[in-house]
Amino acid sequence: MPLYLTEDQTTLQDTIRDFVADAAPVSHLRALRDADDPIGFSRDLWKQFAEMGFTGILIGEDQGGLGMGHVEAGVVLEEIGRNLSPSPFLTTAVAAVEALRGTAQADRWFPGIVAGETVAALAIDEAAKHRDHVDLKAERSGNGFRLTGRKQFVTHAHVADMLIVAARTAGSASDRDGITLFAVPRDAAKLDIRPERLADSSIAAHLDFDGVEVDADAVIGEVDAGRVPLDRLLRAGRTGASAELLGVGGGAMAMTVGYLKQRKQFGVTIGSFQALQHRAAHLYSEMEVARAAVLRAQQLLDAGSDRADEAVSVAKAMTAMATTLSVNEGVQMHGGIGMTDEYDIGFFMKRARVLAELWGDANFHADRLALAAGY
Amino acid sequence: MRQRERTTPPPASLVPLPLQGRPKKEDIMTDLDTFRTDTRAWLEANCPPEMRKPVRSEADVCWGGRRFEPSCPEQKQWLDTMAARGWTVPDWPTQYGGGGLSPAETKVLREEMKAIGARSPLNSFGISMLGPALLKYGTEEQKLDHLPKIARGEIRWCQGYSEPNAGSDLASLATSAEDNGDHYIVNGQKVWTSYADKADWIFCLVRTDKSSKQGGISFVLFDMESPGVSTRPILLISGYSPFCETFFDDVKVPKINRIHDENKGWDVAKYLLGHEREMISGMGLGEGKDLLIAGALATIGTDEQGRLADPLLRAQIAQFQVRAKAFAAMSERFIDELKAGRAHPAQPSMMKYYGTELNKDRHELQMAGGGSDALEWESDAGRTGALPRAWLRTKANSIEGGTSEIQLNIIAKRILDLPS
Repeated sequence: MPLYLTEDQTTLQDTIRDFVADAAPVSHLRALRDADDPIGFSRDLWKQFAEMGFTGILIGEDQGGLGMGHVEAGVVLEEIGRNLSPSPFLTTAVAAVEALRGTAQADRWFPGIVAGETVAALAIDEAAKHRDHVDLKAERSGNGFRLTGRKQFVTHAHVADMLIVAARTAGSASDRDGITLFAVPRDAAKLDIRPERLADSSIAAHLDFDGVEVDADAVIGEVDAGRVPLDRLLRAGRTGASAELLGVGGGAMAMTVGYLKQRKQFGVTIGSFQALQHRAAHLYSEMEVARAAVLRAQQLLDAGSDRADEAVSVAKAMTAMATTLSVNEGVQMHGGIGMTDEYDIGFFMKRARVLAELWGDANFHADRLALAAGY
Repeated sequence: MRQRERTTPPPASLVPLPLQGRPKKEDIMTDLDTFRTDTRAWLEANCPPEMRKPVRSEADVCWGGRRFEPSCPEQKQWLDTMAARGWTVPDWPTQYGGGGLSPAETKVLREEMKAIGARSPLNSFGISMLGPALLKYGTEEQKLDHLPKIARGEIRWCQGYSEPNAGSDLASLATSAEDNGDHYIVNGQKVWTSYADKADWIFCLVRTDKSSKQGGISFVLFDMESPGVSTRPILLISGYSPFCETFFDDVKVPKINRIHDENKGWDVAKYLLGHEREMISGMGLGEGKDLLIAGALATIGTDEQGRLADPLLRAQIAQFQVRAKAFAAMSERFIDELKAGRAHPAQPSMMKYYGTELNKDRHELQMAGGGSDALEWESDAGRTGALPRAWLRTKANSIEGGTSEIQLNIIAKRILDLPS
């Protein structure tokens, strides 16, 4: 499989590029932010995603979806990133779908996801830095389980129709095994949800589980074997976040290079200065390399390769580094106007920071690669 | 920004998406799968075990040529076996000694060779630089004359580009070729000519018109045994002499050995430089990527959790590995795009820039991982000096073939379209 988009994927990209740029450009995010929108995204836009079929992009055709893969999902995410479009696409249509895939829960939730009526939130992290620990307890209680513990950085939790919660049913916090995933309704008793607005205007919540009772049929997959769907979720989520980062970094770079061609100082366009040309050219190189890493991860995931895991960490770390560079260089090369709220480049910087942190930052993934390589 | 040509207009209606009735992947894959199976079996039967060991030193690299002295019989056997099949240059047409393979088949062959650790049967500037230029600009006679000898490793080529006063500003070169009927008389000096003292022939940029800078350059080929050619190796900071000064004193060069039109040599030169940059960028992939980790582990050891006992160096190596693995994907993407004609023509500059800077980083880390052992210039601790010498050698990577700064200029102007 060559490392570039196929003709079908390119056609899809053209479609999505026009659609997202038209329906949810950066001004859409700005309007939601200025209105202090309590949801954090537009439900109308999510409906439009459903009408286009995108909500079911990873869901099989037999279940009403498009039956496509991570390359195609990434094509959508890159445009979401380029336009900074607030959307539950990554959490719901990508990460949640992968967690639910092949489980009894899929039949229950996929129709709503395909229809654009269901939004899922992912309760994984328990501390401010992502790590491979799950400490939230799920103890047997009657016919089901009782959940006790806390989660944070749960995007869309305050409006989600279902929460996917990683809980510990055996062993201790750092054990790989003994985890169970649960589908928990947002309005469950003894569940406190405290939404907080983040730097990029998105809304993520702290969750307190104070003995939340769920039925046995809330289990996703098998009890104590939640590592399998959790890994699926994380691989897909990290790969998707990488694709979105590519869009954010690419969008910021395009803005910056455009500005270099237009802004004049000393009687010439500043893009003629070698000091700035070299910074821009270096940035271009980092973004190109990051793009290759993302496509490699997507293709290996789609092929079900056992090398996918490594490629996913490379993609997440590389896109985080390259996009961080892109937004920082973007503000610097815009000069003073880059620091103003009126100008869009700052929005790219904020979104990049959130995505870089999501499901493990560059250091987390570099460390993961080092451990896998035996050092 | 690089613009992809939009060949088809976007569909007016977005639903339904144009995704039904696509050919199934399996149909396309069948032929390639057969080729893979056959190739795997053939390599298994024909690649000598000795040629599946990692390249440890320059002697393990086969450069071919009239004065080729194999380091072992298997090296020669491997070259001849592969050359007979056209697989020293698998994607060249068969009439010129190539294998006639498609881009996809070439990729499969590369993957299968990598899978068993097979060494490249032949390394040569003829393959990586001159060959592509001849295929594009050579006459049929020139192709038939030179390409098969390159493919079989019979003639080793060197590159006469840089001069003492023409480095980054290559087009200001002064080596003159005076018209003398059916031949030119060449006078002048080249510098940084890689392996000029070991090469059989040279492809050389000469000035045929002083009134035009780029438009006064011609691209000629001649035998290094021609009367008037002399070379002098240059001792480098590594203690090695991979480069020479090359002198031409009234060298007769037949005009039939000129590639492309007179005064059109700059077109050939630039085209060839793209291929040279591709080749140099490959250095970023490193022949010993695990050497870095293994070396640091051997010198420094691990803590109780099995982590490298120097946490700051470990972090640096880990961050380097992210870039190195991402660049490996980039190299594959670049080759795929190039073979499909989808790569931006200036993309080799990005590859060259990134790959060489990465390679320098690798060797800095390798030296840090080796500590004082890696400083020993002649002992076994520094692998008889290979470690420190290779570290020093990499410093040339971002200078030769166009400096990093020149590559950044090219990216800025040709890809990002920034003004002059």
